[in-house]
Amino acid sequence: MDIARFERKSEFEWQIKPFGRMQVPGVIFASEALLREMDAKVAEQVTNVAMLPGIVEASFAMPDAHWGYGFPIGGVAAFDPDHGGVVSAGGVGFDISCGVRTLHTGLQLKDIESLKTRLADALYHSIPAGLGSTGAIRLDAAKMDAMLRGGARWAIEQGFGEAADLERIEEGGCMRGADPSQVSEQAKKRQHDEMGTLGSGNHYLEVQQVTEVYAADIAAAYGLKPGDVVVSIHCGSRGLGHQIGTEFLRQMVIAAPGYGIELPDRELACAPIHSPLGQNYLGAMRAGINCALANRQILTYLTRQVFSRLLPQSRLPLLYDVSHNTCKLETHTVDGQPKKLFVHRKGATRAFGPGHPDLPAALREAGQPVLIGGSMGTASYILAGTRASMQRAFGSACHGSGRAMSRHQALRNWNGRHVVDELARRGTLIRSPSSRGVAEEAPGAYKDVSEVVNSAEHAGLARKVARLEPIICIKG
Amino acid sequence: MLTGHWEHFSHEADMGVRGAGASLDQAFEQVALGLTAVVTDPALVTPEKMIRLTCEAPDVELLLVDWLNALIYEMATRKMLFSRFEVRLKGKHLSATAWGEVLDVARHHPAVEVKGATYTALKVAQQADGDWLAQCVVDV
Repeated sequence: MDIARFERKSEFEWQIKPFGRMQVPGVIFASEALLREMDAKVAEQVTNVAMLPGIVEASFAMPDAHWGYGFPIGGVAAFDPDHGGVVSAGGVGFDISCGVRTLHTGLQLKDIESLKTRLADALYHSIPAGLGSTGAIRLDAAKMDAMLRGGARWAIEQGFGEAADLERIEEGGCMRGADPSQVSEQAKKRQHDEMGTLGSGNHYLEVQQVTEVYAADIAAAYGLKPGDVVVSIHCGSRGLGHQIGTEFLRQMVIAAPGYGIELPDRELACAPIHSPLGQNYLGAMRAGINCALANRQILTYLTRQVFSRLLPQSRLPLLYDVSHNTCKLETHTVDGQPKKLFVHRKGATRAFGPGHPDLPAALREAGQPVLIGGSMGTASYILAGTRASMQRAFGSACHGSGRAMSRHQALRNWNGRHVVDELARRGTLIRSPSSRGVAEEAPGAYKDVSEVVNSAEHAGLARKVARLEPIICIKG
Repeated sequence: MLTGHWEHFSHEADMGVRGAGASLDQAFEQVALGLTAVVTDPALVTPEKMIRLTCEAPDVELLLVDWLNALIYEMATRKMLFSRFEVRLKGKHLSATAWGEVLDVARHHPAVEVKGATYTALKVAQQADGDWLAQCVVDV
């Protein structure tokens, strides 16, 4: 896009001054190269978010920002409930609490080299992936509600993991304030056979190796060293979350004028936090977060089973689990005063700095792990929240590499079979039910993830800790 | 009668679906075909099983989003794909029949699951040439 409209605040911070109905500035954190490559729609969406009632400080976009719907993907905005602040179903998105978790394995690359193909096949066989795949778990109405209230904690009570996993998940694995009665029967029906499924699109399960460590002290606290094999799982709240998003977006679009809210874009559908609709959405959305946490916990269990069968010496403790699409009540310092704000992160990761009370004791001094997924054939990164990140965008950082082109364009440029063969030649085994899906997710369709994380680091959003390269990728 | 058509338009992260036809009904039928085409080639889907749907919304653009979301819901819960549609619009009310079959991964090679229809790039309008157009971005 044309960067002339921005005021450059620092090398990696670009500001749009408030104009028209904007209540706060718009801020994009990015290198000049990334900003120039961004679609002009990102600036338009950042500007629109800045018009919403009760927004605090600024409407932010992360270095991986791209054109979303309503909010940009990579958007962060916080709202003050006591100053007319809103909660926006569009600001959370359809895939509520889509996120990434990374598991240690205790293995080195040499330990799995001879088993690589068998491991890829066994994971592909055990992890339900792609459209139409179903999980083995069926929940009756009472169990569905218990899952929506309990999240990963519920999953562990059912035997899908260890109690030690919980402290390595945001919110201790269980989002408080979930209200299953606000989740429609349709949403629950959509989830009927989708517990423990990966989904499709950009969701994946990857076996990765640590190829580089940038911050030895933090990496040590995270238990990472070069050559280590880890497993990362990227997925969300499945059909249940999608349906909650669909239904509340509609309700909020229709109700907004009655609340005196003039929406700059209907996709920014929102309701005052202190309204019945706002509260109902928060109850349903938090249930959606728990669904995502339970889902990733069940996938973790399935992964551990495969590893214990093929590599009995392995153990897969959880490094951390982050969510990308959420609205959470958090305390942040604004104008020197602590304030309780509803922070929307749409395609952005929470990145709490060292000493934050919400971090588990073992990670508190190092800062929160920020797990950045790359595209299928490229690197992923582990970053850490810093003290500075708390002052930048309410303790938030980027979430992935971000698409550089549409699926449409990707399909014209690549053939799925060729992508799989090319990656196999480079040592990455892809297993996917969909050749077209692989083409649409071709590595070249994404931004350079290294440029994104370097921008995040230089902008002070998070610190680079380790680089991961894919060995096996199960793609939905 | 003029035959309608559908197409996809680019959206950075997701996909835009557009239907056009001589009538609003036909534009809605075509955009539904475009929705199926996000997942698979509609020509691969045998119209052997029929379902009926109704929607109601305050305006015709919201009705388009409701129509696509109703189909997304049926696709998800019935594990079906649809390739033939008959739509009747009457004011704020839509009634439709859709024909399709149960998803067969080996035969349909589904590319991606559609999560929901959005209000982004949402437009229902009559064009200068008299044709109707119905479009929006869907989240995948």
